[in-house]
Amino acid sequence: MNSGSDILALLPEIAVFLGAVVTLVAGSFLPRNRQVVARWIAIIALLTAAIAAAAGAAGPAMTVFNSTFAVDVGSNVARIIITLATAFVIVLGVEELSGSRRESETYSLLLLSALGTMVLAGTSDLLILVTGYLLASIPLYALIGMSRSARAAEAALKTYLLGALLGISMMVGVAVLYGIGGGTSYRQLGSALGDAPAAALAVGLAAVVGGLMFKAGGVPGHFWIPDATQAAGVSVAAYLTTVPKIGALVAAFRLLDIMPSTIEWPLVLAIVAAASMTLGNFAAFWQDDVRRLLGWSTVSQVGYLLLPVTVAGASSLALPSLLLYLVGYAATNLTAFAVVAAFPFRRTLADYRGVARSHPWLAGSLVVSLLGLIGTPPTVIFFGKLTTFTAAWDGGLVWLVVIAVINSVASVFYYLRWFAPMFFRPVERHSVAVTPTPTPAPSPTPIADVGTVRRRWAMHSAILGAASVVIIGVLGGVVLSLVGSPLAL
Amino acid sequence: MLSLAIFLPLVAAAVLAAIPRIPDTVVRWTWLAVTLVDLAILVGMWFSYTSPQPGELAFEEQLRWMPSVGSSYHVGVDGLSLPLLALTGVVFVACAIYALKDRDRQKSQAGLFLFLQSVSLGLFAAQDLILFFAFFDLTIVAMYFIIAGWGHGDAARSALKFFLYTFLGSLSLLLGFIGLYLGSEPHTFDVVELAKTTPFQNAPVAAGFVLAAIFIGLAIKTPTFPFHTWLPPAHTDAPAIGSAVLAGVMLKLGTYGFVRIAMPLLPDAWRSWAWLIVAIGIISVLYGALVALAQTDVKRMIAYTSVNHMGYVIIAVGAAGVVSDSSAQAQQLAITGAVVQMVSHGLVTAALFLLAGVLYERRSSYDLDSFGGLAAPAPRFAAFFAVAAFASLGLPGLSGFIAEFQIFTGSIGTVPLSAIALPGILITAALFLRALQRLFTGATCGLSVDFTDLRPREVLSIGSLLLLSVVIGVFPRFLLDVIEPAASVLAVLVGR
Repeated sequence: MNSGSDILALLPEIAVFLGAVVTLVAGSFLPRNRQVVARWIAIIALLTAAIAAAAGAAGPAMTVFNSTFAVDVGSNVARIIITLATAFVIVLGVEELSGSRRESETYSLLLLSALGTMVLAGTSDLLILVTGYLLASIPLYALIGMSRSARAAEAALKTYLLGALLGISMMVGVAVLYGIGGGTSYRQLGSALGDAPAAALAVGLAAVVGGLMFKAGGVPGHFWIPDATQAAGVSVAAYLTTVPKIGALVAAFRLLDIMPSTIEWPLVLAIVAAASMTLGNFAAFWQDDVRRLLGWSTVSQVGYLLLPVTVAGASSLALPSLLLYLVGYAATNLTAFAVVAAFPFRRTLADYRGVARSHPWLAGSLVVSLLGLIGTPPTVIFFGKLTTFTAAWDGGLVWLVVIAVINSVASVFYYLRWFAPMFFRPVERHSVAVTPTPTPAPSPTPIADVGTVRRRWAMHSAILGAASVVIIGVLGGVVLSLVGSPLAL
Repeated sequence: MLSLAIFLPLVAAAVLAAIPRIPDTVVRWTWLAVTLVDLAILVGMWFSYTSPQPGELAFEEQLRWMPSVGSSYHVGVDGLSLPLLALTGVVFVACAIYALKDRDRQKSQAGLFLFLQSVSLGLFAAQDLILFFAFFDLTIVAMYFIIAGWGHGDAARSALKFFLYTFLGSLSLLLGFIGLYLGSEPHTFDVVELAKTTPFQNAPVAAGFVLAAIFIGLAIKTPTFPFHTWLPPAHTDAPAIGSAVLAGVMLKLGTYGFVRIAMPLLPDAWRSWAWLIVAIGIISVLYGALVALAQTDVKRMIAYTSVNHMGYVIIAVGAAGVVSDSSAQAQQLAITGAVVQMVSHGLVTAALFLLAGVLYERRSSYDLDSFGGLAAPAPRFAAFFAVAAFASLGLPGLSGFIAEFQIFTGSIGTVPLSAIALPGILITAALFLRALQRLFTGATCGLSVDFTDLRPREVLSIGSLLLLSVVIGVFPRFLLDVIEPAASVLAVLVGR
């Protein structure tokens, strides 16, 4: 192979990288009220990368640069979702970010983190995996701390400590796997690990997957998710609950796909999946802050997303179902955050009371996205759940499917707690005194004035997102047939 | 034609939602017009319907949807689904007429009911498990909003309980469907294909678990004892037309699932567990009747009689799975009786709930003891209530009799023990007579004083339901001719 075509295969990554650099440089020279140019540069770079990835998807599956990076259905779908999702994050955050102190830096960091996530999703070499992990994580610490409140500082520190800890664990795991496998490329590991000592293999694999769980926000690396989601800005929260998971889960799938059956990794991962969905759900039950609720809900979603990873190699439906669910999850979760972004001063569930009357389109979008997260047909996550459940059952994990089903029912409760009050009549002033529930703390802008706050970009992204949740769902079969080919090794 | 009937209300709902500031009057009459057109299409289908060959469908339509998982948009009609499609059309027309006077958020209400009509029709026509499930889930979402938005009393709580409980059922159903998919060879979600291949032929244990998942899902929806606890609060707090649709159409989704999915696709497992199913049916009949007898709230009473009436259906479908040498005739009779009971219960109970709605609308009370001597100020109301009560308790000449007679003749033929459920009819008779006595006889007192009799709109709405019940009771052939061929096909499928 010649390196010219290898470089061409990485065109999406290159586009995002150049976009990040140009955004940063341009932003430094632009006055604060002209930062819109930096935003457009970032969005154009992301869309270019998405188009390049879509064009690359037409080609055959292959690996490039001495089989350290795979260009196949997994990396291409991940590239498309990651770039489009990041662009969507920038659009839904237009009102929040424009004119803020570090606008272009935010865009640049988002692009760099997205680049790291794309590397995570595409790599088939442990060393590049570590690089991707660091590139995806370090900008994220800065992004979380960017809003400069006390809570954001705490969340950034928490994220950093956990990320550093699990990052080191990942490096140790890589060292162990290198020691017993005699190489870091998945092709080499796949042929050598079958004869490796099981205990060492188990330790190495657990340490690497632990690191990936930090990025995915699954148990045991989930502690930072709710804090960061609550404290960071809405667009950063939307980003950190959506995009890193895509890279981490595809990376985990790629790695586990080559693991020999000498150790019982599916069982361990199944327990991790069950723990993520159960813990995420039960922690979300009584949350009153909508962002924290969404944060915990994403932890439970990772649990469902781990189902197909658990049966990697055991069911032909595993990879297509994972990719379909990732498409659906990104669209649905971002739609919910777009609604949150459109209501910057409504922080608690009680603030959403009566919204259906004053903002029917946003209320409708929120209902679609929350019903989507529950998994109601015909939204796309329903088809994601259907296929992942089928894949997991096909792979022999019926008990895990049953747990996932029970969790899905339980999740209805807290999603309903959020969207049901939107259809109630707004609390009238005289009845507030009678009800024992505490009235929401006075926010800088009273709720009554929210109607005058215009967040058109966020609102239109929410409507666009809700439409895509349903349309991609109805066209689920098309998506599924597009992602049906195997990975390259 | 079938897809037009299914999606016409949905399109109408979307158009209503998209146009801002339509006057309520236009909304009301559009709603009624759409339901009437839809009913006309369904009636047209009824007249052009000829029973298809076994294993085939009338008005069949199939579109590629998700070929990689063996699922397609596949709809079609046979003798089991056509009566229920027609019932759905009738009940929604009755609700649209009844709601002509409603003034509370008319546009949203009409939109939700039109949406619910579409998904209910789609469910009865679906011949693909994923399509079936999609419609099944969407009925829950729509009904949740109807109860929570237009209900009274503790509506939010009842709606939440309804949503959680029936959603659990629907996911249990989904588990069963995934099991059927994985158990079939080649993997498919298509009901017609699955009926041909019979999944799990050599794996009785797996088939038992899959049937259990499907049975629990459908039993919650039906509902049968012990899964019925969501029903009384949902009915009591729902608006009148919501209750009518819930009882008239949505309870049928569960029982229809038995004859469409559980019985033909898992015949071996169904036969193995038929005894248990009959037993659950008998308990539902007796328990539902006894608890209904103890109620003083009209709506709760009617809700529990639904448990009782659905119990007869369960007995019938269970007995159809108990195969003996000379039972083909009895099986067919039992299945026919079950389908007639679904139609009859749909008409009669929808009428009863609308009548209960009249009580609440006038006096904000469902308490039997607060009324008395109502026959004097409201003779039409009394007459309608009496006809509905007699139809419900199975008096000859009304639809309930045809259904229950067939169910018991068919069931006792194969399972003599199902005669244990016969006192259920007696208890139902007692409780309805007692309710009639408390409400209508004696001196006019309490809330009955100056009670306004049924208005023309209410007469038209409730009267059309009861008229159909009488027509089925007197001239049942037109209905039985449609159901019987399909019932014998099903009996053969279960017996194989």
